[in-house]
Amino acid sequence: MIEALLSVLTGIFFAVAVYLLLSKFIIRMLLGVAILGNAVNLLIFTCGRIMREVPPVIGQGLDVPAGLTANPLPQALILTAIVISFSFFAFLLVLSWRAYGELKFDNTDAMRVAEPDDDTLPPLGY
Amino acid sequence: MAASSSSIDLSAALVLEPVAALDWLVILPVAWCIGIGAILMMVRHQGRLQPLIAVAALCVLVGLDSALLWHVAGEGPVTMVMGRWLPPFGIAFTVDLTGALFALVAAIVALAGAVAAITDIDASGRRYGFYPCLMLLMAGVSGAFLTGDIFNLYVWFEVLLISSFGLLVLGGERQQIDGAVKYGFLNLVATTLFLIATGYLYGIFGTLNMADIARKAPLLKETAPLVTLTALYLFAFGMKAAAFPVNFWLPASYHTPRIVVSALFAGLLTKVGVYALIRVLILLFPVERLALSPVLSVVAVLTMITGALGALAQSDTRRVLGYLVISGIGAMLAGLAVGGPDAIAGTIFYALHSMLVMTALYLAAGLAARTAGGFSLQTLGGIHHNHVLLSGVSLVLFFAVSGLPPFSGFWPKVILVKAALAGEHWWLAATVLLTGLLTLIVTGRVYLLAYWRPAGNAATDVPVALPATAFMPLLVLTALSIVIGLYPEPLLDLVRGAALTLDAPAAYLDSVFPQGGAP
Repeated sequence: MIEALLSVLTGIFFAVAVYLLLSKFIIRMLLGVAILGNAVNLLIFTCGRIMREVPPVIGQGLDVPAGLTANPLPQALILTAIVISFSFFAFLLVLSWRAYGELKFDNTDAMRVAEPDDDTLPPLGY
Repeated sequence: MAASSSSIDLSAALVLEPVAALDWLVILPVAWCIGIGAILMMVRHQGRLQPLIAVAALCVLVGLDSALLWHVAGEGPVTMVMGRWLPPFGIAFTVDLTGALFALVAAIVALAGAVAAITDIDASGRRYGFYPCLMLLMAGVSGAFLTGDIFNLYVWFEVLLISSFGLLVLGGERQQIDGAVKYGFLNLVATTLFLIATGYLYGIFGTLNMADIARKAPLLKETAPLVTLTALYLFAFGMKAAAFPVNFWLPASYHTPRIVVSALFAGLLTKVGVYALIRVLILLFPVERLALSPVLSVVAVLTMITGALGALAQSDTRRVLGYLVISGIGAMLAGLAVGGPDAIAGTIFYALHSMLVMTALYLAAGLAARTAGGFSLQTLGGIHHNHVLLSGVSLVLFFAVSGLPPFSGFWPKVILVKAALAGEHWWLAATVLLTGLLTLIVTGRVYLLAYWRPAGNAATDVPVALPATAFMPLLVLTALSIVIGLYPEPLLDLVRGAALTLDAPAAYLDSVFPQGGAP
């Protein structure tokens, strides 16, 4: 039950993230990136199967846990993903701030400095 | 304590025998790069010391990767696990011929870049961390080539991506910031897609070890949505590799940084994407690759053609080269679309050739810009008159990238065309040949306009002395291309061996699970 709810929530997160990433304005794309990272974290969490009743502790005198336990691995994966997506978000935030300072706009349609519209074709002869 | 430890059988969870001395080579390239990167970070204010350390360290890295290749060629795939945990519980580094070959060529490319950077990257570039970023980039690239764990592959992708950001914005010009924004956002989306696919993969298989996935995939192909999963990976890695509909970050950014950085990117980054595609499509999901083969074919054809046509329309030499990188990626995808050991051997060979030659082409464009003052085909000219050697070397590289004999680009194209014809993918074969012709037209025109044409004004008609450190890496890379073209047998043998290990991964699986172990 909770897995179905989390799946729907993940879907909503992805929808919002994609909508924001499709925007022309970099600040909205940044918000999209932040939400995208969280959507993926939720996805990994849900894919690892949810179970909270039995902690993954191996009893005394046993080699393997008796019966099903909660899955401890998704936390490790998500923690890695959180650290990475946070550092990326920080970098992109600074980059966008710098782009706004240098280029004086945050509209991607106007960002043609690296690929100018009036780029000439190469000469046909000499 | 002694009593309790003797009652538990550790051999069920841990590798108890010590790691063989030679097997340490598996992890050394990565550990070495990270360590040297940290040292370079500490001496970042000593501009003179940095290139010395970095060049020496990369020479050692080339040595380490050569030793690793020699070891793997002799012994077959080698596995080392982290923290002694038995696979699939611990993270495993598994090196087969494919990974070792890619790692060695990447190290050679990085060494060439580091030497060329001595004069190309100024003091402020060094202070802002060119060399530390280069070493961390190499840590990411080597890690991606050597790891045997798919989540770990994701981590190395992020390591190389964040260091590539550092290199890309070095200098901070307006053009660079503009290119970096597009590069940053689109590559972030690509790696996030990779992570999404890996999340689903974990949900399906419950394991992240590549060998474990490879042996479980045939059992699950009826019940699990593996074709969808493979398509997701194709999308994510296709974006990293700059395959056609998702490659617009490459022409937007590759011409903006320092030319050495462009050269390193062209040699290293997209090829990591191709390598990951080879891993996932051939080793992990060969059955699903067959189902996606028509999609791959269309993508490959469009990538080749749009790359070559895009190159025809550019007047900036760096952007011409950016599009040629893309068209080369198309040829590698063609091999993946055909499948089978021959075509995969062609793909690997093409990737290795492309790493060397594209890096050399960017370095040549940088030297051409130094002698003739710019990158625009409108104004370039007189290079042949002033620098016959540079002109000759560039001509060799132009022929190599077009796939003419006797240079390194010829053999992979022969293998690919033969494999495509044998697999009745005649239109893939035709496109590979047509792209070769278009590339020849592109490079021929660049040669005529920039090199052969007399200089437009007298001011630029004065020979500019080129420093030896800038010229030597270009010469070495070109010499490698000629040697591979004239005497391809050793590399062909290695590449065929690599393709066979990928196509029938029994040796790879044995190295990770020596006892066989029930899936």
